[in-house]
Parts: sequence; structure tokens; C-alpha cells
Amino acid sequence: MKLRELAHGRTGDKGNTLNVSVICFDAKHYAHLRAQLTPARVKAHLADVVKGDVLRYELPLLGAFNFVLRDALGGGVTRSLALDAHGKSVSSALLDIDVDAPPAP
Amino acid sequence: MSSDTSIPTRTAVRIGAGAGYSGDRIEPAVELAEHGALDYLVFECLAERTIAIAQQARRRDPDAGYDPLLDARMRAVLPAAAARRVRIVSNMGAANPRAAARKTARIARELGLNHLKIAAVTGDDVLDVVLRSQLRFEESGDDVSAYADRIVAANAYLGAAPIVGALAAGADVTLTGRVADPSLFAAPLIHEFGWRMDDWRALGQATVVGHLLECAGQVTGGYFADPGCKDVPGLARLGFPLGEVSADGAVVVTKVAGAGGMVTEATCKEQLLYEIHDPGCYFQPDVVADFTQVRVEPHGSDRVRVSGGRGRARTDTLKVSVAYVDGHIGEGQISYGGPGALARARLAIEIVRDRLAMTGVRASELRFDLIGVNALYGDALAARHPDPYEVRVRVSGRAQHASEAARIGNEVETLYTNGPAGGGGVTKATREVIAVQSVLLAREHVTPVFEFVEAGDETA
Repeated sequence: MKLRELAHGRTGDKGNTLNVSVICFDAKHYAHLRAQLTPARVKAHLADVVKGDVLRYELPLLGAFNFVLRDALGGGVTRSLALDAHGKSVSSALLDIDVDAPPAP
Repeated sequence: MSSDTSIPTRTAVRIGAGAGYSGDRIEPAVELAEHGALDYLVFECLAERTIAIAQQARRRDPDAGYDPLLDARMRAVLPAAAARRVRIVSNMGAANPRAAARKTARIARELGLNHLKIAAVTGDDVLDVVLRSQLRFEESGDDVSAYADRIVAANAYLGAAPIVGALAAGADVTLTGRVADPSLFAAPLIHEFGWRMDDWRALGQATVVGHLLECAGQVTGGYFADPGCKDVPGLARLGFPLGEVSADGAVVVTKVAGAGGMVTEATCKEQLLYEIHDPGCYFQPDVVADFTQVRVEPHGSDRVRVSGGRGRARTDTLKVSVAYVDGHIGEGQISYGGPGALARARLAIEIVRDRLAMTGVRASELRFDLIGVNALYGDALAARHPDPYEVRVRVSGRAQHASEAARIGNEVETLYTNGPAGGGGVTKATREVIAVQSVLLAREHVTPVFEFVEAGDETA
């Protein structure tokens, strides 16, 4: 299944760094997605977008993750040649990643 | 939370967000001023490089350099704000807070609101000290001095203190230049609740409140809708948010009844993490905020309670955005459609690539996109999906001079008569690039101040 069925998210920018939040619709899927959405998988999925490291911050109280994508904005929002210089659209691509269905309760 | 020895004068403060960026809609701010039963209305209008563009305007005209919509916003909201005693805080002062305050005072006088006290906060402009200092950019590690002849502005992110000072002195409208966005919202809370400036827990939660509200419609359903998956009602008349903040800092985020949009746990969580890196360590001028213990809970229809923000002692430095001229970007676009559209678009790109090389266009960086195919995410994700029925070629490049950058769009335009079949809808543009990098500057070099301004005051 697609991540979009289990979670929502939003992209933010700062300099040449993107952050993409991934927030479980239902917090009970947090542990499942924690196992599925490793930083390495996220970097591989967005290989053409992220040139640098991917870090994952965990927010269990919110049922959410914050992925920080370094060197992902063509040198920075203010000088990028990209159509979407802010990377606003990147969350939609991350939510398209395939994940295993959560285990039955 | 700990508080000053004085007893807080209020048990709750109602604070609204009237703008999330410089060009934002104005009617939702008027709606908040009229129907939000607000104590404060805050307008956040200053993006990373906006202040540099404003600084260039001020060089041409000493009375310019503030937000281009200041006039329209003030005329729209001042009557309701004055009638209901809603105090306004905004960074619409941009590169010239004194001129913005003088302009606001003149508008107030024209509207018959002569009693309003208008304050300007300055001290964020640290261009001189940055040029005198030995500093390195955080992002690139380059010496700032290597950029000296191209730097147009350097502004420190001020904290809440000068705004708190202006409010304590009775300001009805406080106009600033660069201030950390959450501090615009924290200042009224610090003033009303008497929080100490070393009450890190209170200032951490104040950062949560400011962060939730500072992008206005982004917490009431804007930047959120995804039809069939995340539906939002009434986006054309999206209501802007207001926070009901209690003396312990906990906030209920809501909107005016009947306004479009929605406030849910999901909209609040998305905004809470927007533009955050390490949520346990969010550097602000007033505090190092910690969002890891934040709780987001439903609190009625279109009402969400957010609490649990914490913080640690602020650092000894302030972030300074340094803006510099970084050449020009030239761009051209053309569309292809129908069967074979993608093949013709790829052929168009090959032609332009050859032409730019053949005619010796001096571009330090070039980018070729197929809008509808690979412009947003590159080729890897695009390869999994079928060809589009329409595709738009986009060529962009960086050059030192505008005339050189313009040759990029021209080579796209000549595809009309020289390129693949059926190319239409060419657009081309060039623009000067104002790039921004940041440095950290010791606090002792930055002296924030506020002053009251009258309509008739001379240009400084």
C-alpha cells in the first residue's frame, strides 16, 4: 500500500535543507511506520531530490516523524534554478512510497 | 509556570494571525479584527530575502523599504482594530520600520484615529558590523568578506524584548523589521502574563504558539487539502487562525465561527513541524525551544488544544541573514501536446542545449525540465508513470549579467519557427538573484530599540 493511506505530511524549507513531516492518521501505526520508513529508504525514494543526508526525528507523542533532507534545494531557495524552488511538492512524492500493510490488530 | 512578582493582569489572551506572508489575503484579517474578540492581531510578512529587496528600495527612496501592502492592510484593519482595542504587531516595517510607522500614523490620522500610539522597532540592521567582522557563512563556510562588494543587507533576527518594551509603553501598533517570527506572537504573551525572559518553559511554549499561528491559513486548512484524502471546506474564504492562550501558555487554536477552512489535530500537527529541523532543539533568539513533549488534543469543533512546549536557555549569538547579489537567472518555457509530445519536448531540449553551447552562452549552471514529467522530482520517480498528453519544456540557467541570462529564454523562443512541430505558449523571463546565507553574530553587537513615531516626523 501507499504511505498516503496511513499518513499525511507537509514540506518546509530553510536554506538548502528540506524537512518533510510524516504524521500517522492513526497513532497506532506509528511503530509500524517507524520500522518501514528508514532514512535510507526515504533517501533512495527521493534520490533525484536529495543530494545530502537524510535524518529522521521521532515524535511518538504526535505519532509523527520529521525527515530532514540536506542539500535538497538546488543550492538554496533564494538561488535555485528549480521550478519548485521551495520543494513544497516533495511531501506528495514521499507519501507515494510503498509500505507494507500494518499487521492486523 | 513561574511568573514575575507582579500578578498577571489577564487569565487569557486572544491573539490572531492576520497574514502568513507579504502578499497574503487581507479580508481574513479584517474578519478576525471584527469578529475574533481579539486582544492582538499579528501580521508576519517578511520572507528570507524580502528585506533585501526592501533595502534596495530604501536606497532609492529613504521613505520606502517597508511592506508594499502596508497601506492597504492598515486602511482595512485599523478602524475595526481601534474600535475594539485590538493591538497590532507586525514585521511589515521590513527594511524601514520608522517609515512604516510614519505611514501608519498618517493613515490613522486620515481615518480619524488620532489617539493611536505607533511604535517602530529597529536595531536588526547589522550590515555595518557584519562588514567589519571576520565571519563565515554557516551554509558554505565561505568568508563573508569575500562577498563584501555584493552584499545588500544583513539583518539580525531580534527576539521579543523590544516589542514587549513598546507594548509596556502603550503601543497600539508596533512595526518591526527582522524579528524571529514566533517572537512576534511571544511578545504580547510575555507582556500580558508577565513572564520572565529566562522562564525557558514559558518561552518554549510561546514559541509553539507563535509557530502554529505565524503562517496564518496554514493551520486552518491551507496548504493541507488533498481531495478524497484530506478534504477542506471553504478554501476560497479560508479563515485565519486565532489562539486563546491561557496564563500557563497552553493554546486553543481556532477560527472565527462561519469562516472557511478547519482546525483539526491534523492541521495543527502539520504546522507544528513545518520548517523545523531537530524538534528538540529549535533555535530562537529568546529560547532554544523543545517541541518533543508537545500534546495536540481535540477541544471541540474547530478547536484544538496544544500544550507541553518546553525550552532551554537561549544562546549567546543571534542568527543574521546576509543577502547578496548572485548574478541573474534566465528562463524560457514552451509546451508540446498530443501523441509524441514527450519525444518532441525531449528533442526541443536537445536543440536548446546544442544552441546554448554553439552560440557560447556563458551560463555557470543550466537546468532542463519537462514540466509534467520530471521537473519536481527528477527522472527516477517519473520513469514509473505513463507519458503525459501535454508537457512543458523549461530551460533555466545562471549567468552573471542580465543580457547573458536573457539569451537562454531567447533560445527557447526560437523553437517556435526552428524547433519541433507544434510548440506553443512560449514564456521567457530574466531576474536578478538576491541570495541569502546566514551567520551567527554575538548578541553584544546587536542593540534592539523601540521609539514612538508621529505622522509629521521627518525622515531619519
